[in-house]
Amino acid sequence: MTFSPQLEQRFAKMLTLYPPGRKRSAVVPMLIYAQDEVGAVTKELIDEVARRCGVTPLQVDEVVGYYSMLHRKPLGKFHVQVCTNISCLLVGGEELYEHAKKKLGIGHREVTPDGQFSLEEVECIGACSWAPAIEINYDFHHFVTPEKLDQLIDGLRKAQ
Amino acid sequence: MPLYNQPSPLETRVVSKNFGLPDSHRLDTYLAHDGFKAFHKARQMTPDAIIEEVKTSALRGRGGAGFPTGLKWSFVPRNSPKPRVIVINADESEPGTCKDRLLMEYDPHQMIEGILIAGLAVDAHVGYIYTRGEYRYLIEIMDDALAEAYAKGYLGKNIAGTGWDFDLYTHSGAGAYECGEETALLDSLEGKRGIPRMKPPFPAVAGAWALPTLLNNVETFSAIPPIIRDGGAAFAALGTPKNGGTRLLCISGHVNKPGVYELPLGFPMLKAIYEVAGGIPGGKKLKAVVPGGSSCPLLRADECDIPMDYDTLAKVGSMLGSGGMVVMDETTDMVRVALRIMRFYAHESCGWCIPCREGTTWLRKILQRYCDGQGRREDIALLGELSKNMLGRTFCALGDAAALPTISIVEKFTEDFEKYLAAREMVAV
Repeated sequence: MTFSPQLEQRFAKMLTLYPPGRKRSAVVPMLIYAQDEVGAVTKELIDEVARRCGVTPLQVDEVVGYYSMLHRKPLGKFHVQVCTNISCLLVGGEELYEHAKKKLGIGHREVTPDGQFSLEEVECIGACSWAPAIEINYDFHHFVTPEKLDQLIDGLRKAQ
Repeated sequence: MPLYNQPSPLETRVVSKNFGLPDSHRLDTYLAHDGFKAFHKARQMTPDAIIEEVKTSALRGRGGAGFPTGLKWSFVPRNSPKPRVIVINADESEPGTCKDRLLMEYDPHQMIEGILIAGLAVDAHVGYIYTRGEYRYLIEIMDDALAEAYAKGYLGKNIAGTGWDFDLYTHSGAGAYECGEETALLDSLEGKRGIPRMKPPFPAVAGAWALPTLLNNVETFSAIPPIIRDGGAAFAALGTPKNGGTRLLCISGHVNKPGVYELPLGFPMLKAIYEVAGGIPGGKKLKAVVPGGSSCPLLRADECDIPMDYDTLAKVGSMLGSGGMVVMDETTDMVRVALRIMRFYAHESCGWCIPCREGTTWLRKILQRYCDGQGRREDIALLGELSKNMLGRTFCALGDAAALPTISIVEKFTEDFEKYLAAREMVAV
């Protein structure tokens, strides 16, 4: 399994960052960066990461189940993550999440039939002072109202 | 829109002094504004003198536990035959907390300088910035800052012509609150599930890869350059005894001007709410405050007339925590708040310790039942009893972090639970 030249370069460097014999340390960052490119943590990817980091596939597999950002199935092209934790809750985060469910017609960790959007109710994303907040892929959006969410999603749809 | 605020006379800008400068994230900007003066000063000091200066500053860990930083540094065995490692905890995940983002986005070189000074103090030559996966854009900013520092000789071999070497790298997490706990973070850094370790040994003695490890929060490292540059005593004098300096307070919830403000330790809580953050919208009354992230016991409005420092918060039975202050007005349903907090901890419990894994799930179910209108009177006592059974019975603090706010809500806001019972009884009639 090979990745884009940029990612190959990143991975080659990554394996040199840790003390000698500690390549296993690259497992989590390698999985998340590879997932971004491949779309999901597949069996093939687990075997590849295991091979590169010098561990067994099981040692990679058990990590996948632990971290909430790692997914075994592909997400939408745009992964909409709505925070409903305490600071967001107080200023309409739950209502925003309900609105997002209706707008996209999907629920928690589901993907739209065209594969464009997925939705996730997430825990605190560190945007408490600018709540309610969402993250679409890795982009933060602050002070999000239902109207602003509609505009964001419509804008991404149109850009297709 | 930038995340920092327009300067306010109520703030004391020390670690945030460069926020708002054009290109504040660039090394040249940093160098033009006192950058690396502290590093050069530290180069002329002995490791013991650096640690003494940090002790004098009365800086306490800004991640949540509030442990005296100088003392923590002194625990790292410099004479160990094993190389020392520095780990930067940028896994900011405590609900209510959003300050490390600003320090990494607007002044990454200040943190880098703080890490280098720590390297001098504990004789370490490598550091890892463990950043939560959701903060990818900050990892990119940090990677750029590191590349710039390497290119200009402020990282790598022979730093700034001093003959001293230090390497610094970013490391991405992948979504796990538990990895903010220092030993779980170390397991994660080693490529494993983030499970807390039994202590002792403490990370200072056997941390990452069983090497002596110094682990501090982003804000803690960022406070080091001003401390060394202007002296520990000057920093200490900004705060209250044993609570040195300033800290970034993240104010959120029911306030007119939510934001991240740098305030001296000991700043009055009500002044922070009503003056710094502009008071409560609609002139509503204050009901409750989470003083320092969702792991802290909540305060009732009548308990909030206090100065905000570690020791005062401890005296009133809570914590200053990570600086995440969440303000709730009189309309807030505290049962719903308790449920949301518990949903979080039940989701984030790593499952290693049974009291936490089972306790958080049971508490979540009982609170969900309440919010669904099926609460029973005996549940109020059950919530308290279950929570108290979790206290002190887990490897890490997550079990306590789930139990403590729950106990405080059940005990201080029982009337909110009563309202649910009354509503249920009315339906029954």
